[in-house]
Amino acid sequence: MNATSPELTREMEEAAAVAHRMRVAREKRARNMRLMKHVFLIVMSLIMLYPLLWLVSASFKPENEIFSTLNLWPSEFRLSNYIEGWEGLPISFTTFFTNSLIVTVLSVIGNLLSCSFAAYAFARLQFNGRNFFFALMMMTLMIPYHVVLIPQYVLFLNLGWIDTYLPLIVPKFLASDAFFIFLMVQFFRQLPRELDEAAMIDGYSVYKIYWIIILPLSLPAMATAAIFSFIWVWEDFLPPLIYLNDIKSYTVPLALRLFLASDGTSAYGQMFAMSVLSLVPVVLFFVLFQKLIVRGIATSGMK
Amino acid sequence: MKRFLVRNTPGFVFLTPWLIGFFCLALGPILASLFLSFTHYDMVADPRWIGLDNYLYMFGRDRRFWKALGVTFSFVALAVPARLIMALAVAMLLDKGLRTISFYRAIFYLPSLLGASIAIAILWRQLFLADGVVNKVLALVGFEGPAWISDPHTALYTLVVLAVWQFGAPMLIFLAGLRGIPRDLYEAAEIDGTPKWRQFTRITLPLLAPVIFFNLVLQTIDAFKVFSPAFIISNGTGAPSDSLLVYTVFLFNEAFKFFRMGYASALAWVLLVIIAFFTALAFLSSKYWVHYENERD
Repeated sequence: MNATSPELTREMEEAAAVAHRMRVAREKRARNMRLMKHVFLIVMSLIMLYPLLWLVSASFKPENEIFSTLNLWPSEFRLSNYIEGWEGLPISFTTFFTNSLIVTVLSVIGNLLSCSFAAYAFARLQFNGRNFFFALMMMTLMIPYHVVLIPQYVLFLNLGWIDTYLPLIVPKFLASDAFFIFLMVQFFRQLPRELDEAAMIDGYSVYKIYWIIILPLSLPAMATAAIFSFIWVWEDFLPPLIYLNDIKSYTVPLALRLFLASDGTSAYGQMFAMSVLSLVPVVLFFVLFQKLIVRGIATSGMK
Repeated sequence: MKRFLVRNTPGFVFLTPWLIGFFCLALGPILASLFLSFTHYDMVADPRWIGLDNYLYMFGRDRRFWKALGVTFSFVALAVPARLIMALAVAMLLDKGLRTISFYRAIFYLPSLLGASIAIAILWRQLFLADGVVNKVLALVGFEGPAWISDPHTALYTLVVLAVWQFGAPMLIFLAGLRGIPRDLYEAAEIDGTPKWRQFTRITLPLLAPVIFFNLVLQTIDAFKVFSPAFIISNGTGAPSDSLLVYTVFLFNEAFKFFRMGYASALAWVLLVIIAFFTALAFLSSKYWVHYENERD
């Protein structure tokens, strides 16, 4: 027996050393790869953020510095763009932000109520033609807004709703954003049915079950829908553009456009300052509710 | 009869708002728009039936219609693949072994949320001015940029860049899809010495096919409907030389600038048919390249 001959021991040691070197090399390679990945991702993040950073920096710059330099850091921070921009149009931005807020908040409430009603019916209740109506609802997801735009305009014109917020808000109370119905149906279906049945035995009506059981349990879905509907309505442009002609009733996006329309070659700083302010609520929502937003998109495929 | 009512009443009570909305704001308007598309209607006089004239004019003589169609198809053909490839590439980069993923994910997603706003469209207009930021940066690396938004040859690219900048939403969906691919497949391939690109074509792509399909359909429909950025960058006209005249801007102008409501309705219906066609095409073709995990072949 020469199992532990010096030769064999040496060979084993060599093999171990080789294996160790390979492992170290592999780890080093992996570390380098990770490092390169990070460098790449950081550079890319900067490119992605650059337009936004530029916008913010331009809003603080003196007018003559905005286009003359690439330097993101203003030579002096000026709030004058914000102060003058707020009153820079014939009507103050106080009005525009109030208008936007009214439209947005009422739209969010309308969306949550009407869409959760429909979703509850589709997900939890039995009635004749349920699958048929559900299919119809899914089909409306595909229809471009432009197809219904003109008849809707004629309808609202005849109702005398032009220059009011009704054409913007009433559709939200009629569950016209089918996306949110879809989102809520997905969520409601996951809730255990035993809850409904137990409540049923206790003598609860379906209306009470919706209000006392389904809604409170669906807080995550409701919050996701609320956040997205806030952001989308806040940024909405085409419907206000069509239905609001009186500048006093303008929402923020329409007001921003006025900066472009007036040939004001000198109001860039003000325009950028007000643009930044218009984005603040969206960014705020994003920072506060990032988790909900990310999950909402990953599970429902919204934009 | 009583049982029928008991069974159906709650469902239809909860469905009522949606039903009213569906008939008054979706089905009714779609049919009305179909009717209007066969009429001459300027909102002053009543609609006057003119048969197929709108469609004949559109396909036969309206140069701007074909221009708008061309611009829109170019935009879709450039923006959708670019955005999806970018989204998939970054998602794959973020998928493996990074602890800081949520940080990058947030930064890459932010433009998708902001991108639809008028503020960003306005910003884009200024970035791509002839002496704007983009050309200044290009000049730094010794490149003389074109006039971008005032040059008919390059104006559409600013829209495409804006669309690619918003790759975050499909990226999130890809990330969720990548999470669903079992890790041991890659480990097994690694042991067999399968090269990386082959792992990509043989494991990642086939298993991700349903998600790719979903993103493709969604993004294509979305791209056909692009409006606000084109409207803002071209100041509502589709200028220069109609190079930013995407379909919806054309439709908007026909309807709300020239009040040719009948003709605009015909345009809307053609858009509906185009989108329906591409959606159907995607679904019909899907059985050749999309396999769902739980089906056996």
